[in-house]
Amino acid sequence: MSLEPQELDDLTSKIGRKPTSTELQIVAAEWSEHCSYKSSKKHLKMLPMKGRLVISEKGYDSGVLDVGDGYVITAHIESHNHPSAVEPYGGAATGVGGVIRDILSAGTRPIAIFDGLRFGDIEKDLQARWLFKNAVTGIADYGNCLGIPTIGGEVEFDECYSNYALVDVAAIGFGKKKNLIKNHAKKGNIVVLLGGSTGRDGIGGSQFASDSLESENRSAVQIPDPFIEKLIIEAILEARDQHLINAMKDLGGGGLSCAVSETADALSIGIEMDVDKVHTRESDMSPEEIMVSESQERMLIVTTDEKLKKLQIICKKFRIACSVIGHVTTNNMMHVKKGKKTCANLPTDVVANAKLLDRPSKKPAYLETIEQEKKLKPVSDYSKMMLKFLASPNIASKIWVYGQYDHEVGIRTVVKPGKDASVLRLDNGKFLSAKIDGNPKHCYINPREGAIGCFEEACRNVVCTGAKPIGMLDHLQFGNPENPEIFWTFLESLKGLTDFAKYFEIPCVGGKVSLYNETPSGPIKPTPLIGILGLIEKTPISSQIISPGDSLMIIGDTKDEMGGSEYFEYIHKFIGGKCPVVNFKESKSNMNIVLELVKNELLKAAHDCSKGGLAVAISELCMTHKIGCKVSLDKVPGPKLDVDRVLFSESHSRYLLVFEKKNLKKLEDILKKDKISYSVLGKFGGENILFSKSSKPIIDLRVDKAQKTWFNSLRELVVHG
Amino acid sequence: MKVGVVVFPGSNCDRDMYHVLTDVFKFNAEYFWHEKGLPKNIDAVILPGGFSYGDRLRSGAIAAHSPIIADVRKMAEKGIPILGVCNGFQILVEAGLLPGALLKNTSLNFMCGWTNLIVENNKTPFTNKLKLNQKIPIPIANGEGRYYVDNETLKKLKKNNQIVFRYSEIVNGSTDRIAGVCNESGNVVGMMPHPERAAESAINPIDNKPSSLIFESLLDTIGVTN
Repeated sequence: MSLEPQELDDLTSKIGRKPTSTELQIVAAEWSEHCSYKSSKKHLKMLPMKGRLVISEKGYDSGVLDVGDGYVITAHIESHNHPSAVEPYGGAATGVGGVIRDILSAGTRPIAIFDGLRFGDIEKDLQARWLFKNAVTGIADYGNCLGIPTIGGEVEFDECYSNYALVDVAAIGFGKKKNLIKNHAKKGNIVVLLGGSTGRDGIGGSQFASDSLESENRSAVQIPDPFIEKLIIEAILEARDQHLINAMKDLGGGGLSCAVSETADALSIGIEMDVDKVHTRESDMSPEEIMVSESQERMLIVTTDEKLKKLQIICKKFRIACSVIGHVTTNNMMHVKKGKKTCANLPTDVVANAKLLDRPSKKPAYLETIEQEKKLKPVSDYSKMMLKFLASPNIASKIWVYGQYDHEVGIRTVVKPGKDASVLRLDNGKFLSAKIDGNPKHCYINPREGAIGCFEEACRNVVCTGAKPIGMLDHLQFGNPENPEIFWTFLESLKGLTDFAKYFEIPCVGGKVSLYNETPSGPIKPTPLIGILGLIEKTPISSQIISPGDSLMIIGDTKDEMGGSEYFEYIHKFIGGKCPVVNFKESKSNMNIVLELVKNELLKAAHDCSKGGLAVAISELCMTHKIGCKVSLDKVPGPKLDVDRVLFSESHSRYLLVFEKKNLKKLEDILKKDKISYSVLGKFGGENILFSKSSKPIIDLRVDKAQKTWFNSLRELVVHG
Repeated sequence: MKVGVVVFPGSNCDRDMYHVLTDVFKFNAEYFWHEKGLPKNIDAVILPGGFSYGDRLRSGAIAAHSPIIADVRKMAEKGIPILGVCNGFQILVEAGLLPGALLKNTSLNFMCGWTNLIVENNKTPFTNKLKLNQKIPIPIANGEGRYYVDNETLKKLKKNNQIVFRYSEIVNGSTDRIAGVCNESGNVVGMMPHPERAAESAINPIDNKPSSLIFESLLDTIGVTN
């Protein structure tokens, strides 16, 4: 928990003297990878951050998008990987808490939570199962208590996360543009710490998160208290309505050190504060401990003497503590005192801006041979295999997870979890569609194409609800950046995301980098996670019943891209082959055409084709709508492939469309106009999911049996093992 | 006609309930913070869902001792319609205004999902526009939603027609599939499912009319018809 020798030299030369022990702790927290982004910051600038709808203000912890009629949405993504790997309940819960406060600090009410969870192989690994179960409960207990619906996410299991956990949380806020906090401060303003008391939990959390996980440092994990968080949300929003907040920042990684120095640096002010004024949980805490504690449910607020009284009345109503800890100065110094004694006195720009690094990168050796395929044992019975596939933890329905999350509270959830993307109604009559997606299996084989694939998949998901993507959140999770091979995969993913974002003009409105994700058996697979926000101007695709006789169409080509597919990895236990590649031009026309078809109300349903390929995507439609389907695999567009490749290839840019037969002509007129690759694959009806090739059945499953297996297998595995 | 929506620290369905009351059904509604008293001119009181006091001790146990409960009790005695939804139901039970107890679901998990209610008593101020045995598609969202009463009390509830709603199937292990009950005079009703999440077609994928009738029943009862 200290600075590197060269960083200590750098600090000493910048301040012209030997730093005090408090200063060392403050700077060590703030210069940690977690807080400073010192490995990644130089490169992150390549992402497009501006856009027609993007509102940027100084000091925001979340991205802001204008959704019209005087309303904005805010969005942010965070992870809590290291804490969740040692204490999954508290780690996951406080992960939710942190991202919610980022949304709150812009002055918007949090209206949705998403979570992306990744663990080891829960079929074999009991610890992975324990981590999974407790992380889900942690998220449920926190989000449910706050009354913020958890409306989406994803869960994935892969051996690369053995003895580890990735817990990513994204949140969305909504509010009036005029109520956004315009962060500002001037001399004489006072600095207030509001919320939970500062204790010894989470000491050194940001450094803990900036190192490989070698020991189970449970004391670095924060303790969640959603009840206090709920009170803070209501208190802050009341204070916002009464215009009592000049500037605001959430306390997260690095605690007070980070919040005070970054606020001062962003607003070009100085802050003088007294650790004795901080309300603490224990009486004998040292200044260092107070400055770096990551106790949860705390907000830093800059206000004036006149407004303070009103703020105190609000805090009294909600019975939350509120301490005046300091005031604003003009000397751009972060001055920390204990009573009259100075403990730290540092220039804020020095504290808030660690020296950025230019880390070396090198293409990993394994990539030279990873795309080679090996001969696989042929599958003798695809129906049997398919049932096993539907029960596999990555393919099985996640209803056991989202059924524990209150996804209805707030009464905005128009499209509920379990579909392609969830949709929320907004107060201006528009709708917001959102989804997060990752795919470490693809990213391991090709970090660039895999990352682009995650981006496209998240776009496809919101497009399936009729929404146009308007903003992106990225969360880049990799191993130790000091390893040039890992750093190369980070750069490749980032470049891929940048290219896609620029081509599609989707600005990056927020993001996070999490490095040093190392397990006892090595680094995790590259795991960039992409969140997409989509806007629906009029109405989302309505949930309709699929009736016998309705037609099934596919858009987009199915290619020989089996690398990283669930089929290769789960059925054949083989990691390798070429992973799917997005053709930007094709991707764009397919996306636009689906939006046009939804807008013209020609579709009953649209469904993205991804993990598990065509076979899983069609089965999902059948299982959710409880209806059979007859599919002819001869009609699948694309190059001629072996039957297993047609069924399970995870090629991108593909959409399944369900429509009434009578609309075929209208659909074809639109599709032909844009030279889209499409084909009618079959029609719905009966009680079986039937895939055939040259009139010979390949897969034949009863819908009810498939559905039961798909719905219940994850719960069975977790609850009964 | 005025409906009071009681807000406790940790209530989180108060705004949803207020929206449905005012924007959808055009009630005149007002929030009342738990430390305040209720004015005399209130025609109905609703205790919304949430996690009052973070569910500490037991769901509803601390809120049941809030100052406002004294006024709620007085109004209950006067026969004014009172509805507790989810945590509101738990609070009414903890305050002794309704019989029984709410225990952890048999799954031991928080459960959020859609289910069907069956109307068992259509004589209360919140169900008088519903038909007996009418089905109500509605979401539940709770961790401690398993209604429990002993056999003797169950007999009494049946005899006095105090069972207002039952689940159409076994959901969480509730005694006799009970989802909602009323007091002996029928003016105080508690239910675990959320009618405010089911009364608008935009967010109800099945049918919003039955849940709407819960609010329309109240409109009818407190003397205002559209």
